Amino acid sequence: MSDNTITIDGQAVPFAPGQTIMEAAMAAGVYIPHLCHNPEFTPHGSCKLCTVTVNGRNAASCTMPAAPGMVVQNDTEELNANRRALTQMLFVEGNHVCPFCEKSGNCQLQAMGYFLGMMDPHYDQFYPPRDVDASHPDILLDLNRCILCELCVRASRDVDGKNVFGVTGRGPHTRITVNSASGRLGDTDMAVTDRAADVCPVGAILKKRHGFEVPIGQRTYDHKTIKDVHMEEAGK
Amino acid sequence: MPENDTIPSAVQAAVARHSHDAANLVQILHDVQNQLGHIPEQAVDQVARVLGIPPVKVAGVRGFYHFFHDRPHGRYDILFSDNIIEHFQGKQELLNYICTQLWVEPERVSEDGMVRVGSTSCIGMSDQGPAALVNGLPVTRLTMERVTALVDLVKAGKPPAEWPAEFFQVADNLRRADALLGEPLERGAGVRAVLEKGADGMLAEIDKSGLRGRGGAGFKTAVKWDFCRKAVDTGAECQEVGGTICDNTAATVRYVVCNADEGEPGTFKDRVLLNSYADLVFEGMTVAARVIGARQGFLYLRGEYRYLLDKLNGILEQRRRDGLLGERILGTDFSFDIAIHLGAGAYICGEESALIESLEGKRGTPRNRPPFPVTHGYLGKPTVVNNVETYASAAKVAAKGGEWFAQIGTAQSTGTKVLSISGDCERPGVYEYPFGVTVRQVLADCGAKDIHAVQVGGPSGTIIGEAEFDRKIAFEDLATGGSMMVFGQGRDVFEAARNFAHFFAHESCGFCTPCRVGSRLIAKGMDKIASGHGTCADVEELKRLGHLTRTMSHCGLGQTAANPVMQTLEKFWDHYDKRLRSKEFEPSFDLDKALETARKITGRDDAWAHISAD
Repeated sequence: MSDNTITIDGQAVPFAPGQTIMEAAMAAGVYIPHLCHNPEFTPHGSCKLCTVTVNGRNAASCTMPAAPGMVVQNDTEELNANRRALTQMLFVEGNHVCPFCEKSGNCQLQAMGYFLGMMDPHYDQFYPPRDVDASHPDILLDLNRCILCELCVRASRDVDGKNVFGVTGRGPHTRITVNSASGRLGDTDMAVTDRAADVCPVGAILKKRHGFEVPIGQRTYDHKTIKDVHMEEAGK
Repeated sequence: MPENDTIPSAVQAAVARHSHDAANLVQILHDVQNQLGHIPEQAVDQVARVLGIPPVKVAGVRGFYHFFHDRPHGRYDILFSDNIIEHFQGKQELLNYICTQLWVEPERVSEDGMVRVGSTSCIGMSDQGPAALVNGLPVTRLTMERVTALVDLVKAGKPPAEWPAEFFQVADNLRRADALLGEPLERGAGVRAVLEKGADGMLAEIDKSGLRGRGGAGFKTAVKWDFCRKAVDTGAECQEVGGTICDNTAATVRYVVCNADEGEPGTFKDRVLLNSYADLVFEGMTVAARVIGARQGFLYLRGEYRYLLDKLNGILEQRRRDGLLGERILGTDFSFDIAIHLGAGAYICGEESALIESLEGKRGTPRNRPPFPVTHGYLGKPTVVNNVETYASAAKVAAKGGEWFAQIGTAQSTGTKVLSISGDCERPGVYEYPFGVTVRQVLADCGAKDIHAVQVGGPSGTIIGEAEFDRKIAFEDLATGGSMMVFGQGRDVFEAARNFAHFFAHESCGFCTPCRVGSRLIAKGMDKIASGHGTCADVEELKRLGHLTRTMSHCGLGQTAANPVMQTLEKFWDHYDKRLRSKEFEPSFDLDKALETARKITGRDDAWAHISAD
């Protein structure tokens, strides 16, 4: 066994120098639940679902570099309970309407709820007033469902080279904002073909005139768990 | 409203003053706001264009800091310090009174755009509270009389610059000085010592002294400095340095940063250090710079202490004139300078990586670690970040030797600790003790009698009751950044915990889920118990939330946000028990509260407009 190995729940997992725990785990076919992480983009580490216990201390696996000999706990009752609670928090913090959301069945937040055995929102709903922006001819921005993963920010900045999205506010008032003086998406140079237009894991960024093309019941997570889908995407 | 044509010139001036560098964005926005009163969209666009960064980034920074405004916020901006000590001193009554007198609602700019009255997190004046920031400057020792006078001045339209000077007087209240503050250090003594001993020699002295970080975490200063001086920049411009230890002439750029973002509620000792011992602090920074090989240092001054800015800049200027700062210090080849960066109201920027982000002109979001600032700090370069008091202590160590320092305090906590004492005592103020002093001794010295509880180290620290008063102030026992809030008998410890829960929810940066949402849920849970609708189920929920925020959060803020609630649940259960409505039943709907809107509409508040809880 080479030095570049960590163990996750007792299983030896090799890593290449520079890889994060998440990258090493996914490459070895070990699933760590995650929402704000997308292997295409710079790790962010904000949703904290992918938190694992590393040598006795918790760390976000998507940002923590793997180091030789790390002992990692991932699929434990306590961590999964915490992940479920975080998912519930993301639900009550926004205004989510699964039964009539266009993203239902393709939504990673919803799929994560199912995967982690979430049966109810548990916490009182915040019912925050949030903006809906339909000013763009091809794209709808509905912040009611935003979970602040900043994937749209990263995609627009790093892939599209446009910086259409940013973050403003602080604490409970943190929100995604748009790069135009009017604050409206229609006044930006965003195009429906941008990577940022289809990176949203929830129903906050939707393409107009593409509603319900796939019937509910035949959508991605209607038949597969989020784990299956993420592992398939990782080629495992 | 600023005229549209004044915006470009205000922006140009601000950007030019800060060398067209986007890393100075927070400072640029300060200047723009000073000119225009707020930071309108047009200014955001201009700043972005001149700096060549996306406007959305500028707007994001503007939106992060409490003291930046995107719209006019009144000719008089009056923000009461919201710490629990000031609540106990009658802050809320004064705030309500001023609102009634000025016909304004709290937190809302009056309709004529003249005045806003609101609250802000602790402004570091608890020893002379209640206090408020008026247009950014502290007005201390507020009484009904002073507030009445203040209302008259506002009504008369007098600008704060013409208000009585005594309103703005901030006393040091230094009550006990020891090894650090007791005997003055000759200016330049520390700098001369480090030049004489060299970097290695001085690092050995610091190591011998056993000095540990005064911010509260207690990391060994010598180890931190050593990590930093050994860290080699892997960036292209410095690769030639190789694995050698760099000195000032080597290519790796390193930075010295002083954390003067003293935001922990109930702390104000850095205020006194900066007001009366700034030379000592700058001296310590210069020593650090020589040891690690830095040419540039920053003092990150919390926005609440803006009133100290001119004075501190004056002291820096004097040090430059004396050859203690700037090019070729005291005629040697060692060059180092210090710039002051002003925060803009964000407790999270006391976290070192958030502070660095803010220094770089960004939102103060804590970074993912590793890498740590000692290897990847300001602009990705190796950076030492230490507390104000740590640098002051380092200056003393430099001048008087590590052995001298190591004899003070305890074996594991050498030297002294400067405490900020506020609350129920006869002589609130700043007290310096050798480490190892008991809480009981401190309470006796400050004239605190009949004490119910003491909050050591602020909300993120530890609350103790009488049974623990013999514990010692030391890293191995009660570690503290310096805040010590004294609650006398009859003070409501539950209300203190609730105030702190709201403080953390308010100051969460919003980056990670557990802190952003969890701290809010904790505050809501405490509100529910306070309203008399709490049950045992709510207490269990608070414990679960506490565990979650502590173990899952991104940084120290979230990890400690539940401390006040968790600790008071454990140590002061009776404060909760008497409030719990039921041990089994879960009343979650408050009929009386639901009628609040109707009462507001009809302007009624009589008994018939209420439904009794029973």
